[in-house]
Amino acid sequence: MAVLNWQIVTVTAIRAETPHVKTLSLLVPGWQSHRPGQHVDIRLTAEDGYQAQRSYSIASAPSDQPVIDLSIELVDDGEVSPFLHDAVVVGDRFEVRGPIGGYFAWDGAAADPLLLVAGGSGVVPLMAMVRHRAEIGSAVPCTLLYSSRTVTDIIYAEELQRLNGEDDGLRVIHTLTRSQPPGWTGYSRRVDMRMIAEVLEGTGRMAQAFVCGPTPLVESVAESLVSIGLAPSQVRTERFGPTGG
Amino acid sequence: MSERFVTRGFVGRRRSPERGQRIPPGQYLTDDFPVLSAGPTPHTPPAEWSFRIEGLVSKPVVWTWAEFNALPSREFVVDISCVTKWTKLDTRWQGVSVDTLLEHVELHRKAAFLTAFSDGGYTTNLPLPDVVNDQAFVAYAYEGGPLAPEHGGLARLVVPHLYFWKSAKWVRGLRIVEQDQPGFWESFGYHNRGDPWLEERYSGD
Repeated sequence: MAVLNWQIVTVTAIRAETPHVKTLSLLVPGWQSHRPGQHVDIRLTAEDGYQAQRSYSIASAPSDQPVIDLSIELVDDGEVSPFLHDAVVVGDRFEVRGPIGGYFAWDGAAADPLLLVAGGSGVVPLMAMVRHRAEIGSAVPCTLLYSSRTVTDIIYAEELQRLNGEDDGLRVIHTLTRSQPPGWTGYSRRVDMRMIAEVLEGTGRMAQAFVCGPTPLVESVAESLVSIGLAPSQVRTERFGPTGG
Repeated sequence: MSERFVTRGFVGRRRSPERGQRIPPGQYLTDDFPVLSAGPTPHTPPAEWSFRIEGLVSKPVVWTWAEFNALPSREFVVDISCVTKWTKLDTRWQGVSVDTLLEHVELHRKAAFLTAFSDGGYTTNLPLPDVVNDQAFVAYAYEGGPLAPEHGGLARLVVPHLYFWKSAKWVRGLRIVEQDQPGFWESFGYHNRGDPWLEERYSGD
């Protein structure tokens, strides 16, 4: 296993995805690529040597360019995310190492249909899978069930809509838990067993599921999938919570 | 931590020196108890639960849930650190010291490591010297109540001086071995030992 050295990266672009999520594009010299679903650690260092580290999922698909995108949710009382949101500008540099992880990863090699279930910013590592699937022209059927609070909280909304329209093999299904705009045709409640069963109907029980979001969502979705009949090995989970920020 | 690359404008959030001394490098303090696991939470009923010590022992031993609960237990108050960067201070557990469990077996002279194995197929590896002398216990209660399934109940291993992935949730036994064998996360690039004070997060650290 290669040693994961800290590398100094440069912010090359910043994009606001939603009122609470920004995507930073980072130039990582010598980046060895990654598998969709993996994450990186970042390290910030103050003048006096004080350091803080956090893990962030990679949002971008693997490519031959040494650039990765991280989508970062603002945690109001956080230590790191407010800095990344409010202080960092294009051209700033900090330290990154990775890629890290490998169980919660999909690289297109498996033929089983994909069921991706996201809560909030838990969509980030799943988006890397959706993007990778599109880029390699994979024929593997893929369903993304994505729970957000309101329509303005949907991260990557336009891109998901475009990909959904372009590709018959991709289904993007939204649920909005807090409020819905007029004419909303998606789900309007928290993800529950009935919703999971309905979504799985169009995917099939051979699905490989990846579930990422806050703990209550992950626990209930994983439990629903197993009680519907998926083997535990078909359900891979990752947590995103407000903790730490 | 040898060379430092200062991040423009970053100040960070300082902790009191007293608490700061208890927080390993690169970690932050949390009062929550975050949940991390790679798959669905298993729910083994107590009637089907057992705990085994097997491998390089003269005779394997198996406890039922009732028998395990009858073993001498005590309270442990420990600080825990997860490789995902959070540290939680003064967590209070009830459980059985691994020393107590090992009193029930005779270790083969070649015994040097163990693999903790769990419901759901999770495994993690530990050198024997890291689990003896009251450094590790199998917990079934947390903060005065039964250990919640998402935190590893019915029972989990707790090895507080190592990153928390070594503290296998839903643990069902210890396999004593001669040769060290990487467990689940250790096979995905995480450090083989995982000492938070040495920041042994990933292979090669």
